[in-house]
Amino acid sequence: MTACEKILARASGQKDIAPGDIIDAKPDVAMSHDNTYLVHRAFQDIGASRIADPSSVVVVLDHRSPANTVNSANTHSAIRKIVDELDIGWFFDVGAGICHQIMIEKGIAKSGGLIVGTDSHSTTYGAVGAMGIGIGATDMASVWVKGSLWLKVPEAINIIITGRPAKGVFAKDISLALVGELGAMGADYCCLEYEGDWVSGASLSERMTLCNMAAEAGAKSALVPDIVVSDPNARHYQTLAVVVDLLEPMVSTPHSVDKVASVSSMEGTGIDQAFLGSCTNGRLDDLAIAASILKGRKVHEGTRMIVTPASSEVYLQAVEEGIIGTLLKAGAVVTASGCGPCLGAHQGVLADGESCISSSNRNFKGRMGSRNASIYLASPATVAASAIEGKIADPRRYLV
Amino acid sequence: MKCGRAWVFGDAIDTDVIIPGQYLDNYSPEFLAKHVMEGIDPTFSSKVAKGDIIIAGKYFGIGSSREQAAIALKAAGVGIILAESFARIFYRNAINLGMLPIVCPGCARMFRSGDELSIDVEQGKVFDSKNPKQSLDFKPLSPMVSKIYEAGGLVNLLRAEIHQKNR
Repeated sequence: MTACEKILARASGQKDIAPGDIIDAKPDVAMSHDNTYLVHRAFQDIGASRIADPSSVVVVLDHRSPANTVNSANTHSAIRKIVDELDIGWFFDVGAGICHQIMIEKGIAKSGGLIVGTDSHSTTYGAVGAMGIGIGATDMASVWVKGSLWLKVPEAINIIITGRPAKGVFAKDISLALVGELGAMGADYCCLEYEGDWVSGASLSERMTLCNMAAEAGAKSALVPDIVVSDPNARHYQTLAVVVDLLEPMVSTPHSVDKVASVSSMEGTGIDQAFLGSCTNGRLDDLAIAASILKGRKVHEGTRMIVTPASSEVYLQAVEEGIIGTLLKAGAVVTASGCGPCLGAHQGVLADGESCISSSNRNFKGRMGSRNASIYLASPATVAASAIEGKIADPRRYLV
Repeated sequence: MKCGRAWVFGDAIDTDVIIPGQYLDNYSPEFLAKHVMEGIDPTFSSKVAKGDIIIAGKYFGIGSSREQAAIALKAAGVGIILAESFARIFYRNAINLGMLPIVCPGCARMFRSGDELSIDVEQGKVFDSKNPKQSLDFKPLSPMVSKIYEAGGLVNLLRAEIHQKNR
């Protein structure tokens, strides 16, 4: 069996399962964010009064956090009561950070586990060897009620990443190149299993970027196999080998993540805003590389740079290491930890006709505000270099 | 047989287009319906009517897990979506809300907005009511999905299960 089949077999109490099988799986953790409100509405409509396993439920307020409108504030207020009344095991209030960052930072996502989350980027948990699957609010309500949900066992795609990336090429660039290769839905209904010498040597943060971006290829889940690994004779639906030695810094162009190009071919494209943050690239190493580029330099006049640390822990470390000071001196705006402008909720929404270079994961039309804005996705280094020049810029000339 | 007027969309209609993120602080289905498909056609919510059918290309509902995308379409009156293919989370959300997502290769090329369509779910057939020769076959729902649809959605199914257990 593949690693993901083994995880699902354990979660469903079965010995042997195969792609296409419908199973009833018991997740180890069930995570929801601001949409816990919708989960609870469905939970009430079902007529349930208690959660089957409240200790396995995690709630994080991150999408509009701190509250941006009275509606959001009322939602947060209602969720705090729900958490209390239903004895929910884990609760992280505003400012704690982005759900996926917290799940890994706090060790809630554990190797070999099955985790469902009401967020498409739940694939991120693959970074610690856990199988994370994104679901909707009603499906989550069913997990609350029954402690389990039906799943179709996915095919697995083996992705072998080898080689040493050149200076200025990061996990984000590799991830964008992969999404470009697979296509926006090339991994639909599939689980991506990563291996290869680059993956073995990758840091936790880099593995998180890689697994997070799997969602942009339509993957149901993503996994850097750890405790649970595929059998040598396991059948993979597809194998894709990627050699990263010659890869250049990449950028995803409007309005689809799989429309990728090299940064060098897009240099000079004007930008109004540079966003550094999100569950994809808002961690300490991301802030550090941006600070190293911005140190002693200024964000270009007429360009805004917004920095949103992925969690309060990341924020504090970045303060202690002087990273935040460097970013502020360069003219960046640093916001509270959370999802921030990534989903166009608040803290840096785009105007009509504006362009943004972002370290986040989606560039769909209207994603970060106006539907008449353009979003380019890139690595934190490329975001920082572009902020300095006020246009898409190759980070390699700023890196020593 | 289910009948309705078609609205045809292209490939990769993502959840940010179906319901932009700026509206997600309000969970009222009626409010969400007012902004449905705003990312691609700001006038859509004023034109769509109860019983209308969405026809789309590949990967309908790609992107976010936001159930508000399916809620907005349902509240706007859409009960059936035919697409060349669906993003998996959207597909589950739609069926869980009691909508009918049908995978129907070729549908976005065959039909035009405004066509009056007839859909035979049991037989797996969709055709132009005025020109029945314009027809396509589709695979029936899987048993699990069919069970949820028959119940009118996952909430109804689970409510019935709980009721049964308590009897």
